[in-house]
Amino acid sequence: MKNVLEWLEAAAGACPGKLAVADEGAELSFAELQAKAQAVGSALAPLAGAGKAVAIYAEKGADVLAAMFGIVYAGGFYSLIDTRQTKPRVESILAALAPAAVITDEANRAACLEMLAGTGYEPLMLEDLAAHAVDADALAAARAAAIDTDPLYCNFTSGSTGTPKGVLVSHRSVIDFIPVFCSTFGIREDDVIANQAPFDFDVSVKDIYSMLCMRATMQVIPRAYFSQPTLLMDFLADRGATVLVWAVSAMCFVSIMNGFGYRVPQKVRLVMFSGEVMPPKQLRIWQKWLPDATYVNLYGPTEITCNCTYYVLDREFGNDEVIPMGRPFDNERVFLLDEDDALVDAPGEVGEICVSGTALGLGYLGDAERTAAAFCQNPLNTRWLEPIYRTGDLGRIDEDGNFVYVSRKDHQIKHLGQRIELGDIEASATGVEGVERSCCLYDAKRKKIKLFYVGEIAKEELAEQLRALLPSFMVPGAIRQIDAMPLTKNGKIDRTALAELK
Amino acid sequence: MDTTLEGLIELLQDVKEDVDYETCTTLIDDHVLDSFDILSIISTLNDAYDISIPAAEIVPENFNSAASLLAMVERLIDED
Repeated sequence: MKNVLEWLEAAAGACPGKLAVADEGAELSFAELQAKAQAVGSALAPLAGAGKAVAIYAEKGADVLAAMFGIVYAGGFYSLIDTRQTKPRVESILAALAPAAVITDEANRAACLEMLAGTGYEPLMLEDLAAHAVDADALAAARAAAIDTDPLYCNFTSGSTGTPKGVLVSHRSVIDFIPVFCSTFGIREDDVIANQAPFDFDVSVKDIYSMLCMRATMQVIPRAYFSQPTLLMDFLADRGATVLVWAVSAMCFVSIMNGFGYRVPQKVRLVMFSGEVMPPKQLRIWQKWLPDATYVNLYGPTEITCNCTYYVLDREFGNDEVIPMGRPFDNERVFLLDEDDALVDAPGEVGEICVSGTALGLGYLGDAERTAAAFCQNPLNTRWLEPIYRTGDLGRIDEDGNFVYVSRKDHQIKHLGQRIELGDIEASATGVEGVERSCCLYDAKRKKIKLFYVGEIAKEELAEQLRALLPSFMVPGAIRQIDAMPLTKNGKIDRTALAELK
Repeated sequence: MDTTLEGLIELLQDVKEDVDYETCTTLIDDHVLDSFDILSIISTLNDAYDISIPAAEIVPENFNSAASLLAMVERLIDED
């Protein structure tokens, strides 16, 4: 197998009429999904061939999934642009991605035109592409030219210099990981996977390709349901959801919003979560209402294709306990390196979590420097090529041999399930007229981003400007104007002293 | 217990500052508050007013303004 579309073609052959993907208003069987993807692929083949990027600016859904596979049919790779991003951010993503085309749909056309104004891009309409005649010869030629290490998708995350980083992942990594993921947890053909994650977020890769690989069904939950728990719980119950692969923050919505007090989706049998440290108190609410479900803690950054370790919970955890990251998935090597690049294998000692194997992504699109810093030769191996990814996360091994997450090495944080470099917010703030210096801190306990700045601009005005520059999840929850930055002996900003300011 | 509008706005300011809670009536519709802010508000209100906001009350109509939030809080206190 060399291309993820082989899963789609096998499913469309074996069970053409079976429901593959549904959203709020549309649904596609495997045969319909394939037909639509081939139509889009045929339309795109002349302009977006081998190894070219195509961006999609639309809300997630069944037709958008068909468009993603259409891009792959054409020989290219896809990148979803979150419609809630600000214009400056969309522009910097487009600059990094340099897509051959940008696709949108009727519902997002006006917003897309506004985003693309001045960039030189004209959007292609998904509805038009899907009406194109299938060009079997062009699709066959694209497939023959493809190899399994070609990129499949590019997901953008925050970057510390203010430029978003595009993490590129190949077919090979997904073809390697997904069957392991499905067999480890027993995902089956009769499963209904309720997709929470946006398609520009790699949690959704597990939903999409597990559906495809196992010929299961994916139900796409509209984003707005995550602020209206009754709609969400009705959707899960009415659509017969059995598998949830969700961000920790999404699970907390359900438990804090008393979703189960309204309705319990009784068929849910497998609940997997990742993205942040799961608060045991919230998980116990899930365990109370769905006591027979299996709960799994997943760990891993986008750069290594979804996840590299997992921990199946066998009991309830107390509030002061940490749920381990667990053990590596089959065919992934996970280990800890200390500051001198020596292996850390004694229980309790802390090191940087490193990963090697087919799971490794292709690096950061168009950014050789940052790629080389994170994807490097395994310092423990001096005899052959063995690239590893340095996660920047610190971990330890517990007495049972499980990995346990400790903290970040740098100033990257997880907020609302999103990876944020605090430096990215600082770069935006410092770019605002009237700001001399700025420093961002994260109050993990209260889940609040705090920005401290020196400068003459009023904080209300700075807040307003930041709302125009940054996605809402990156806008600081508190802004403080101070007379001068506290400094350490070495002349660096003293973050500890800042944290103590009220 | 402080069930004045001013008291409630003070609690909201603590969740997310620099929002015009006094006049804004589209806190949800215009995405001024994201889902995490809504979560924080629910936790804060549950603690501050000793209520438990049920799922059925978590709808945009109740969260679009400070005044509608206050009406919901008063209703839930009365039900207790």
